[in-house]
Amino acid sequence: MSLLETDGERLFEAVSALLAERGIATPSEIATRRAATDAASPGQGARMVARAWTDASFRARMLADGTAAAEEIGIPMRGLPPLGVLENTAETHHLVVCTLCSCYPRAVLGYPPFWFKSAGYRARAVRDPRGLLAEWGTHLASGVKVRVVDSTADYRWMVLPMRPAGTDGWDAARLAGLLREGDMIGVTVPGV
Amino acid sequence: MSAPGPLPAGTRVRVKDDWPEARGPAHIRTPHYLRGAEGVVVRHLGAYPNPEDLAFARPAARRALYHVAFAQPGLWQQGVAGDEVLVELYEHWLEVV
Amino acid sequence: MSAPEPAPADKNVPRSHHDMGGVSRYLCEPIDVEPHALTDFDKNVDALRQILGAKGVMSVDELRRGIEAIPEAEYHRLSYYRRWIRSITANLLEKGVITEAELKAALEGGA
Repeated sequence: MSLLETDGERLFEAVSALLAERGIATPSEIATRRAATDAASPGQGARMVARAWTDASFRARMLADGTAAAEEIGIPMRGLPPLGVLENTAETHHLVVCTLCSCYPRAVLGYPPFWFKSAGYRARAVRDPRGLLAEWGTHLASGVKVRVVDSTADYRWMVLPMRPAGTDGWDAARLAGLLREGDMIGVTVPGV
Repeated sequence: MSAPGPLPAGTRVRVKDDWPEARGPAHIRTPHYLRGAEGVVVRHLGAYPNPEDLAFARPAARRALYHVAFAQPGLWQQGVAGDEVLVELYEHWLEVV
Repeated sequence: MSAPEPAPADKNVPRSHHDMGGVSRYLCEPIDVEPHALTDFDKNVDALRQILGAKGVMSVDELRRGIEAIPEAEYHRLSYYRRWIRSITANLLEKGVITEAELKAALEGGA
């Protein structure tokens, strides 16, 4: 169908005008939704991780039910897919991918980054995870197993990284400042 | 083919070696690289409307969803022993081995 | 089980082009780890999809089906959110939320 081959920006203008006429999606609704989406960022996930590093009972609740733990610290989760949290340990490192599309824990990390949506990332993660990690300069200690999490269905998954050495006595805000989005997907590990 | 209750953790399962995408329009959430592979149920994740029907705006029955672990080198004949792939799969794709 | 079989992704299987896990042709592709800022267009399409989902006009699985239906060459040529708006438009036409004639008129009016 040739109309569908119209450039995306023109398609959006035309479709959104028609939807506004019908009251289905007005420009102000789109603006409101954009603002809400922009408010989610890796800073949210970082707050969760830092809290888990400094509060053992929160950590236990977060591993049992990521959605409830996120809501507990004020992250809006209503209407969003359930959030699962996978804990990195001295034995196991988790790496999250979506081989079928781009499922990403947006509520706690924001929009998925470009690399997460790329064909190379989607193809390589499940087949050559250690080679993929090397793209970020991430090399795991010998004996650490990799568990690749292919996010195929209703859950969204985030990684709870290990707290880096040398951070004794740090408070949660300072710890949160260490964390990057990749730490919570498993392509990188936090360090000081 | 699904058990009356959720499958317990530790159940060995095989992913159906089925290719609905070859039979016509389809939307499936079971990656091709797992078809026919054997893995182990890690956890029952709840029940969700079947996306294969949701994708076509059809009434969608709820299906049990499981986290299933597969030996990563076993899928590709390459990789490091002990590495795993952990995937969400719906009950109708799983056969108890 | 007897002799080991080739890796599933390397078997001659009817894989859909969006189903990328382990696919050999991408295994040597380097990863662009740099941040890429989203455009206004990207964010508008993202917001529109969320509104359509929240209002029950179309589900995320319908969005995905529409993306997967984009022919392979175009799927790879189109940016992420250009795939989305194409799928959204196809779904809205299919459901009769908008008609082809209306879309054509809106495209011409806005040109």
